[in-house]
Amino acid sequence: MLNSPQIRQQGSTMPFGNTHNQMKMKYTSEQEYPDLSKHNNHMAKILTPAMYERLRSKQTPSGFTLDDVIQTGVDNPGHPFIMTVGCVAGDEETYEVFKELLDPVIEDRHGGYKPSDKHKTDLNPSNLKGGDDLDSNYVLSSRVRTGRSVRGFCLPPHCSRGERRAVEKLSIEALASLSGDLKGKYYALKNMTEAEQQQLIDDHFLFDKPVSPLLLASGMGRDWPDARGIWHNDNKTFLVWVNEEDHLRVISMQKGGNMKEVFDRFCTGLTKIETLFKERSHAFMWNEHLGYVLTCPSNLGTGLRAGVHVKLPNMSKHAKFEEVLKKLRLQKRGTGGVDTAAVGGVFDISNADRLGFSEVELVQMVVDGVKLLVEMEKKLEKGQSIDDIMPAQK
Amino acid sequence: MAKNCHNDLKMKYSVDEEFPDLSLHNNHMAKVLNKEIYGKLRGKSTPSGFTLDDVIQTGVDNPGHPFIMTVGCVAGDEESYEFFKDLLDPIISDRHGGYKPTDKHKTDLNFENLKGGDDLDPNYVLSSRVRTGRSIKGFTLPPHNSRGERRGIEKLSIEALSSLEGEFKGKYYPLSGMTDAEQEQLINDHFLFDKPVSPLLTCAGMARDWPDGRGIWHNDNKTFLVWVNEEDHLRVISMQLGGNMKEVFRRFCVGLQKIEEIFKKHNHGFMWNEHLGYILTCPSNLGTGLRGGVHVKLPKLSTHAKFEEILTRLRLQKRGTGGVDTASVGGVFDISNADRLGSSEVAQVQLVVDGVKLMVEMEKKLEKGESIDGMIPAQK
Repeated sequence: MLNSPQIRQQGSTMPFGNTHNQMKMKYTSEQEYPDLSKHNNHMAKILTPAMYERLRSKQTPSGFTLDDVIQTGVDNPGHPFIMTVGCVAGDEETYEVFKELLDPVIEDRHGGYKPSDKHKTDLNPSNLKGGDDLDSNYVLSSRVRTGRSVRGFCLPPHCSRGERRAVEKLSIEALASLSGDLKGKYYALKNMTEAEQQQLIDDHFLFDKPVSPLLLASGMGRDWPDARGIWHNDNKTFLVWVNEEDHLRVISMQKGGNMKEVFDRFCTGLTKIETLFKERSHAFMWNEHLGYVLTCPSNLGTGLRAGVHVKLPNMSKHAKFEEVLKKLRLQKRGTGGVDTAAVGGVFDISNADRLGFSEVELVQMVVDGVKLLVEMEKKLEKGQSIDDIMPAQK
Repeated sequence: MAKNCHNDLKMKYSVDEEFPDLSLHNNHMAKVLNKEIYGKLRGKSTPSGFTLDDVIQTGVDNPGHPFIMTVGCVAGDEESYEFFKDLLDPIISDRHGGYKPTDKHKTDLNFENLKGGDDLDPNYVLSSRVRTGRSIKGFTLPPHNSRGERRGIEKLSIEALSSLEGEFKGKYYPLSGMTDAEQEQLINDHFLFDKPVSPLLTCAGMARDWPDGRGIWHNDNKTFLVWVNEEDHLRVISMQLGGNMKEVFRRFCVGLQKIEEIFKKHNHGFMWNEHLGYILTCPSNLGTGLRGGVHVKLPKLSTHAKFEEILTRLRLQKRGTGGVDTASVGGVFDISNADRLGSSEVAQVQLVVDGVKLMVEMEKKLEKGESIDGMIPAQK
């Protein structure tokens, strides 16, 4: 949800959190409680004065506080297109220490996911059925991304320069040992040449200093561009962002509709990287309730967004387009990412869920759903009805 | 161990691992900070919990500025200037013309000590303005204060300001509850301040919880204005069209002192000490925190080869009429005192009054095609 570097908002950069003020405990909970009267995000829906009172004196072992968790949601009342989360984690323990706030936020955001639920991880690409035959006259490109947090370090809203550099160092080591079609190179943001920068922009690989106030208000832009970088394989089909919104963002992509191959590479690469990190005694943050632990509660579970850029000029104008997407558990975005509108009838269609379904299940939904949407598009082109192929709720 | 920056894991890393990369930086903090100072100070925090990394974050995040040499650090509370003196004293010295840790600062808000200033030619001097900031003892500063503290400051400010009378009688407009009509009016009067967009400010944490606890007060005459909880607890501004700086300064001193008395009665005087004068968020505003200036038409003088030199000798600085980050428009410049610390309010406004008077004379000479070589001032 907060992952798009393409969020461009008018106006300001935003402050980061400085919420470790000892004097605040001299004030009552009521005096300190944020004004959320104009707010519309998950945090604002859930937080109450009583909850604030119970949690405000707590902190995680690394010193992350409730005010740190919620600052971005206080500073950003709402968003025109999307229901934002309005809170972040500063470390793995945040989800435990502040569960009273975060469990209901997670439940609200992830379709009723309960504190007692277990999340299933499945990164075995041979469990995916089909996906290699999406019509490339319609499906222009396919992509799967996720995030990973490295255990033993605080998360981007809270990590120090020393921690961030250590994450970078570990990442460089791990990625440098990849071989075959995953062999690649790391480009540190801080000493990129102009030529390298231009190439990465042309390839649509370069991420820039966040401009979104959603990200900046939580402290993720601190010390930019120190210890941030981009790694990609020589084939330009596998890409890793280091220290942007999460410790790692892993992306597999290619032109056309062969989602199977994209997912295959995704799983293989990810599993290799995880092994390399484990060998260095820094596994990925994961637990059986929340799956992979990431900075934003919206990315828990698989942290996976699998999607295609697909031409649906007729389908997208159909009265039931939104309903079809909902039934298929898919969401649409413009081709510029989460904050954009579609251009020329081309949409970014991806899985809506993150938590409570496995990676294979989510990609399966995209594969099956997009296949159906393309069939519908073809029917509408021929002036035929699509009423008889409307899907059931998945 | 005292609570540290806010990320207690960072002390596991060495100084080398944590020291910021300042290789592309050009601000006062980057000039002064080194690994030795960093190593000495990184384990400290003020009683309210402000740490070295908090002090320098804005300077790390903002390597430089095209027009000005930025300070690159802020205080989070009164104690910052003491706890982090190893960093801040050299910065203060660098920024304030060699001001030493042992120097004493003189405060003089007696407007009667100003000579002249009531006759700047309004054909050239379009408007006159004096501003300063004040911090309220017992609260931490805008980079660090909590919502409760900020609201406490606002509450006290409203009480103090609403008890003003006569030429100072006025009204408070909280940013949170402003109507569209009020907002429009305040914009038209050029009174409204908006959420900071400058990364210099936002990276220091000053815009948190916006617009909670922020507001604008001004008198009915619209000549005396107070900003609450923007970059400092209070910003106090006296202004009017034309060149009567004397009157502007009189109102400034009288109003400021009235406000200070009321805060003192509530046991919350202004932060001040005999070394640093008035304590403000940015080290550049220590001392008087005063910027006295005019908008003045100098189309000829401003293109003269010696314009910059004259300003330097007069201890003045120029800005565009949009403020610190802007360029001048139509030959109209914002001319104000360059100094803040080490000279009094009266002395600084005197420099503006005398200096602007001279520059207007120079402008008139140049208009007539005459030379100004005989008028170049000595270094003040």
